[in-house]
Amino acid sequence: MKHRTFFWFILPTLSAMILFIALPIVSVFVQSLFVAHEQVQVVSESCGPFGCTETTSVDTEATAKLREEQPLGRFNGLNTYFNRSHLAISDIGEAWANTNSMGEFWREVYNLPFYNALTFTLVYTFIVTPLVLVLGLAIAVGVNNLPGALKGLAIFISLLPFLVTPLVGSLILFWMVDGDGVIGATIQNIFNDPSLSLKASTPLMWTMLIVYGVWHTLPFSFITFYAGLQTVPADTVEAAKIDGASKWQSLIHVIVPHLMPLVSFVTLMLIMDNFRVFEPIVSFSAEAHARSLSWIIFNDLRESGNPLYASAGATSLLTIILVVILMMPVLIRTWRDFTRKAH
Amino acid sequence: MFLKKIAITGLVAGLMSTTAHAEGHAAMCGPEGQSIRILASDFPAIHAVADAAEQNCGAQAAEFTRNHTTEARQIMNAALTPNPAEYTSVIVANSTLTQLMNDGLVRPLNDLVEKYGQNLPKNLMITLDGNIMAVAFMANSQHLFSRKDILAEVGIDTVPATYGEVIAAAKAIREAGIMEHPLVMNMQTGWNVGETFNLVFMAHGGEFFKPGTAEPAINSPAGVAALATLKELVEYAHPDHLTQASNETQGLWEAGQAALGIMWGSRGAPILDDEGSTEEITSNTVLSAAPSVEPGGVPGATLWWDGFTISTNISDAEAEATFAALASGLTAEMVAANNDDAVWLLEGFKPGPAAAGVAATAQGGAKPYPMIPQIGLMHNALGAELSDFLKGGESAEKALADVEAAYITAAKEAGFLK
Repeated sequence: MKHRTFFWFILPTLSAMILFIALPIVSVFVQSLFVAHEQVQVVSESCGPFGCTETTSVDTEATAKLREEQPLGRFNGLNTYFNRSHLAISDIGEAWANTNSMGEFWREVYNLPFYNALTFTLVYTFIVTPLVLVLGLAIAVGVNNLPGALKGLAIFISLLPFLVTPLVGSLILFWMVDGDGVIGATIQNIFNDPSLSLKASTPLMWTMLIVYGVWHTLPFSFITFYAGLQTVPADTVEAAKIDGASKWQSLIHVIVPHLMPLVSFVTLMLIMDNFRVFEPIVSFSAEAHARSLSWIIFNDLRESGNPLYASAGATSLLTIILVVILMMPVLIRTWRDFTRKAH
Repeated sequence: MFLKKIAITGLVAGLMSTTAHAEGHAAMCGPEGQSIRILASDFPAIHAVADAAEQNCGAQAAEFTRNHTTEARQIMNAALTPNPAEYTSVIVANSTLTQLMNDGLVRPLNDLVEKYGQNLPKNLMITLDGNIMAVAFMANSQHLFSRKDILAEVGIDTVPATYGEVIAAAKAIREAGIMEHPLVMNMQTGWNVGETFNLVFMAHGGEFFKPGTAEPAINSPAGVAALATLKELVEYAHPDHLTQASNETQGLWEAGQAALGIMWGSRGAPILDDEGSTEEITSNTVLSAAPSVEPGGVPGATLWWDGFTISTNISDAEAEATFAALASGLTAEMVAANNDDAVWLLEGFKPGPAAAGVAATAQGGAKPYPMIPQIGLMHNALGAELSDFLKGGESAEKALADVEAAYITAAKEAGFLK
């Protein structure tokens, strides 16, 4: 394609991307550099059905005047990025100086909101992504080998978890593992411990979130690999068979290499999706045991009356940076494949 | 049941409006042809007030819309900011009024009260330096629920009045093998666990801030003592307590899986009614004052009122019509038709068994939920940082230091602290 033709061809997409992806990110970044104005407070007397008390209240006029002068708020530079709710540089330095063992230091760091959320988010991403890749491929190969009559039904059933809204799907599981629910009660019976609760222990809660995550994203990788399997050249597979390759060997040496570009694509998608894990945490009321980066952004914005835009913006940008870092290896690999093909 | 109530309310209010018309009081609805738009929480008592207002004045208004949602608190500031505002009135409580006043979104009501609020008791006017900012109509607080049959089984014939007695009763019930976890409390991580801390903290005489400033003061002996009490209580609470809010605790109670509970007064009526539970449970459920630390001490509760406000960013005619409609709903007839839905602060309220707990708590000298501009930030920090302590992962001092650090970070960003 000529450069000029390419330019006109890509222009609509490119302008939409700038308008709807790049500019909002720039705007979020700018907002994260500012914090709210000082709230001018006055002491006042408030009365109600339970008597009168001295209290403070916000002098709305004075505060509004400050806001009019500088609508964005007070410039705070990158301070929000380094405060206790985010990278917490000074807190980490303090923890390093005041602790004697690595374990103790790690506990101090894990106690900081951002690192606490980051830990769960990374664990979730690194466990769910490979599981979904491998299981998705296994199911795709399995369904592909079914007799024709059963194929349609099997595909439909395998896709079901994908059709359920995450919030609803996780709520259903949450009720099932309740002490009075099917799964919860069964587990209590098996271990003969009526106070055993999946919701009360951190490891079990993490396990449940991960199980749910695998269940929910499996259909995506399944259907992608299943589509890929339809394109495997039959003569290559036949040649492998004549050379004496077992089913397993032809899967590993013929089919998987053929699906490699798809594996890259699915991995990228899964890393991005899993890193944004959010709905199951809300549905499972898991905040006591597991918080993700998306959840702390949500929590900042739900600070009703005083939404912490700078804090949420800073976490959002840190999340974007981390996703890019995580995707790097896959992106580099894809680029290499592309350039090798080009020469 | 619920539908029946609505029907009765409608009927009564309908009768009232016909008599009103007959007596020529139609003018009590203020200017005609205005738009009345109400945002409110979603529970029966609030529905009752809005129903009565709509019955009385809906016909005169050009439109009368209502949005009852559990998310009211989250959307109210955004909805009232534009001019004209999305709603002409928000039905608020202590904490949410502060949230709206911080941004100057509700107007003083003195002139409207003069014109349309003559029938309303003076003590219901929520005033700030003489400006009436809201009109309260009902009260709510947390208090103790007990099963007297189960307490009798372990030889306790008076309802527990202090935290020590609650814990002793729970221990006796566990040791008698009746229930492993006899206590329910709203401990869901977030707002609920923060609020439950507030209750015990108030009972211990704690202060949230250094007087007259936004500097936190919870990392104090009272704070540590409150967490120690809380820890003793959760020992007997349902293992899933960190995921349970009002709906779950009410469910456990109605299913007979609890013998002691610290729950909201507004849950009294639904628990005592003849739905969702058995005769044995409802007839043995006793509502009493929230427990205190020492006998006769301050009950561990926060008093709440619910009331209505009028938006700043609307025309004066809309404000007048909205106020008149809502004020017209606060009558003895409305109270009579919905007597058990709430602890009404209005004339004609006959306190029944469902109101006993809130009444006793208020008489015991419980403190109202603080109306301080930055209390929301503190509450959120408590809700986020206390779960580590409750799971047994850290000391009380460390947990409170974490809360203060989280609060200070948020308060600096919101402009309350330098």
